[in-house]
Amino acid sequence: MSVVELKGVSRWYGNVVAVNDVTMTLSPGVTGLLGPNGAGKTTVLHMMAGFLAPSRGEVLVGGEPSWRNPKVYTGLGLVNERESVHGFLSGWEFVLASAKLHRLPDPAVAAKRAIELVEMTEAQHRRLDTYSKGMRQRTRVAAALVHEPAVLLLDEPFNGMDPRQRLHMMDLLHAMGEQGRTVLFSSHILEEVEQVSGTVQVIVAGRLAASGDFRTIRRLMTHRPHVFTIRSTDDRRLAVALIGEESVRGVELDAAGGLTVRAGDYGTFTRVLPKIARTEKIRVQALLPADESLESVFSYLVES
Amino acid sequence: MNATIARITARGLFGRRRFLLLLPLPVLLVGLAFLADAFGARPDEWAAPVLVALGFGVVLPVMALIVGTGVLGSEIDDGTVVHILAKPLPRREIIFSKLAVAVLVTTLTVGIPMYVAGLIAGLPKFAFALLVASALGAVAYTSLFLALSLVTRRPVLLGLVYVLVWEGLLGNLLSGTRVLSIQQYVVAVADKLATTDLLDGKVSMGVSLVMSAIFTLAGVVIAIDRLRSFSVAGETS
Repeated sequence: MSVVELKGVSRWYGNVVAVNDVTMTLSPGVTGLLGPNGAGKTTVLHMMAGFLAPSRGEVLVGGEPSWRNPKVYTGLGLVNERESVHGFLSGWEFVLASAKLHRLPDPAVAAKRAIELVEMTEAQHRRLDTYSKGMRQRTRVAAALVHEPAVLLLDEPFNGMDPRQRLHMMDLLHAMGEQGRTVLFSSHILEEVEQVSGTVQVIVAGRLAASGDFRTIRRLMTHRPHVFTIRSTDDRRLAVALIGEESVRGVELDAAGGLTVRAGDYGTFTRVLPKIARTEKIRVQALLPADESLESVFSYLVES
Repeated sequence: MNATIARITARGLFGRRRFLLLLPLPVLLVGLAFLADAFGARPDEWAAPVLVALGFGVVLPVMALIVGTGVLGSEIDDGTVVHILAKPLPRREIIFSKLAVAVLVTTLTVGIPMYVAGLIAGLPKFAFALLVASALGAVAYTSLFLALSLVTRRPVLLGLVYVLVWEGLLGNLLSGTRVLSIQQYVVAVADKLATTDLLDGKVSMGVSLVMSAIFTLAGVVIAIDRLRSFSVAGETS
């Protein structure tokens, strides 16, 4: 069953295209929306949440368009990135107000349960503007899931959280996914997505670059050509030995000394290099991955 | 009407410095009326400058401007409006709740001082007329300013231009602009209800009531429609 659907969705601001012809379907479970900053993740989330009209295409939540349709919020919760809250309210008042605005039959019980779920019971009677960033974030999550929505959208939910809070939030998202809810969270950090979700949607420069099982995409990412810089006691001899290896696609001698090696497969190359060095009696003084930034991983995904 | 939204709105409003800084204005109004009376000036000498020029000309529109643009505009500015909008509430319910708070606060902070000033003049009927006219003005002004806060990013500036330039300046120079001046409706209604010679209404009662209703209705309809299409600005990072 698909709960959130984007059909050929584009969004532009004047001449700038923020989201370009994205089609995706979210099913129950946790999905990570992965992409570098400025890729269009927030725009996609805002369109799903009914806070932005698609310039073209259709955004459906539970089969209904989310734009200009407040009814969708009966089954949808949103935690946006901007962490603004009514600072003069206490955590309890904030979550309770959310429960009341959802017209829940017993708002106090729902608010209590939601606050317990995010472990904010102890500080619930303090004003929100005295909270730390992580506490505010958790309270906002409590307010967003007080009505137990079928769909929960979170924009960069781990920002500002300490490692313990992060783990707790990951557990919470897991649990919500296992309960059969559709949880989508955005992140620009690969490891976060890896730990929480089985399914990912990778978005780069407004386009959907990859979509599906995280392990498959991760493999695609690890099997991409990697570039390393190596310094050794005999660069030229090492180069000769390396070019004979199947996992090596190319070797270049740098003018300033050292080697630049393009390896086809990260795992094989890193296992083979020490063996070669030992056989050839060459000492490797430095081995640096040259393109480990997330952006290069993303751009590789777009090209492939 | 939604009590939860109204309560949050009122608490937000009273917590804002901009609103609290204006509270001396109504006090000034009553203070001036009291002083004028204490120094033996007759109501026909001080009613025009204090009640019309200051009360209806400045205090009412400025309070309505800050309150009307503040009830929703401040939440739009700081992004907290998203919490209210991400709920399955008809948008008209949100607008009506916000407007109710704005009208009530403006009427209390302007209508009551005007009423007291009327009593200082020794004319209870006149005082009542001032209260009713202030309430009418509060409804029309706050509807207009609430709509402005959804139409433009600079509602206070635009509102000030309306109050100071259109009503204040052009209203005195070009008689034609009076038909589109809430201030003129308010003075006219107070004048008709008071049946004294202290005020000088320049438009008829009928025009005042109909035009106030039009301002209110237009403001509400525009505000509801704009809130339905409320967009959150794109990428923040």
